Amino acid sequence: MKSIDIEGTSKTPTVNLNAENGVVEIKGRSIPENSVEFYKPLVDWLEEYKKAPVGKTTVNIQLEYFNTSSSKCILDVFKKLEDINKGDAEVVINWHYEEDDEDMLEAGEDYESIIRVPFKMIEVAE
Amino acid sequence: MSFKVQDLYTELNEGDVLLAYKGSITSDLINDVLDALESKLLDFNEHSKIRKKVYNVLVESLQNLYHHIDDIPSDYVDQLDPRFGILLVTKDESHYKISTGNFITVDKIKPLRSKIEKINSLSKEELKGLYKDILVNDKISEKGGGGLGLVDIARKTGNILEYEFKKFDNDSYFFILNVLVSDPNINT
Repeated sequence: MKSIDIEGTSKTPTVNLNAENGVVEIKGRSIPENSVEFYKPLVDWLEEYKKAPVGKTTVNIQLEYFNTSSSKCILDVFKKLEDINKGDAEVVINWHYEEDDEDMLEAGEDYESIIRVPFKMIEVAE
Repeated sequence: MSFKVQDLYTELNEGDVLLAYKGSITSDLINDVLDALESKLLDFNEHSKIRKKVYNVLVESLQNLYHHIDDIPSDYVDQLDPRFGILLVTKDESHYKISTGNFITVDKIKPLRSKIEKINSLSKEELKGLYKDILVNDKISEKGGGGLGLVDIARKTGNILEYEFKKFDNDSYFFILNVLVSDPNINT
C-alpha cells in the first residue's frame, strides 16, 4: 500500500502515513478554511489500511494550532483508528502538546473521552 | 441610512491598535492577517500561552467571518467591497481585543443571538460538554463551518462574547462581535 507524505504549509499539517511500519503522523498547523478537502485522502487511506493493518499502529499527533473546522476532521481520522483498534491489531495515539499549552492538552483529553483508543499525553518543550 | 460603517470603525478603534482592516474577507486576506499578527506577538515577546490563545481566537473569528458574511445592503453596493467585513485587534494593559463586524440578514439575528446568549450562560464545564456534543453529533455545514467556532472562542478565552446588532435597514444589520483575551499573568 502506498504511503502518503504531505509537506506542511502555514495552514495545513505535515502528514506521513506509512502502512509498512504502521506509523501515522500529523504535525504542524491545521487551520484551513475548509478542512474536509484536506483530510478526505487521509480518511480514505485509513479505510484501506484497515483491511490489513500491522500489529501495532502508532499515531503521532503534534499540532501547534488547529481550528474548529479541522477538529471534526481529526475526529473522523480517530474514528477510523478506532475501527482499526480491534482484534489483534492495536492502536496507540500519542497526543503531543507544548508545555503550558493547556488548551491543546484539553483538546487531546476531549478526544480521549470520545474515542476508544488508548491515548498517551506527551508534553514537549516549546 | 441609520449608521455609517466608517463611524463604527472609528468607534471600535480604541486602545493600542495592532491590526485594522476593512474590506473583502478572503482566504488570502486571512493568511496575511494571521502572518502579521503572529509576527507582532513575537515582537512583543508575549508569553506563549497568551500568544497561542490570541492566535487561535483570531483564526476562529476570521473564519467565522469568512463563512458567514452576507451580502452588502443594496444601498451600499457601490461603496463597499464584496464580502465586506471589518477586523480590529487592539491591546491594552490586561487584554487583547478582537473585534469583527459583518452584514447579516435580519432572519439570522434571532438564532445567532440565542446561540451567543446560550454560550454566555454556560460554565466552563458546560461549554466543554456543548463543544463535545457539537463535535460528535453535528455534520460540517456546506459552508465548511463546524458550528463550533463561537463555543471554542468562549472556551479558550473564558470570557463572555460581547456583541451588538446595528440596524442598517429593514433587511440588513451589522453584527459586531468583541472577544477579549485576558493576560493570564494578570488575571491568575
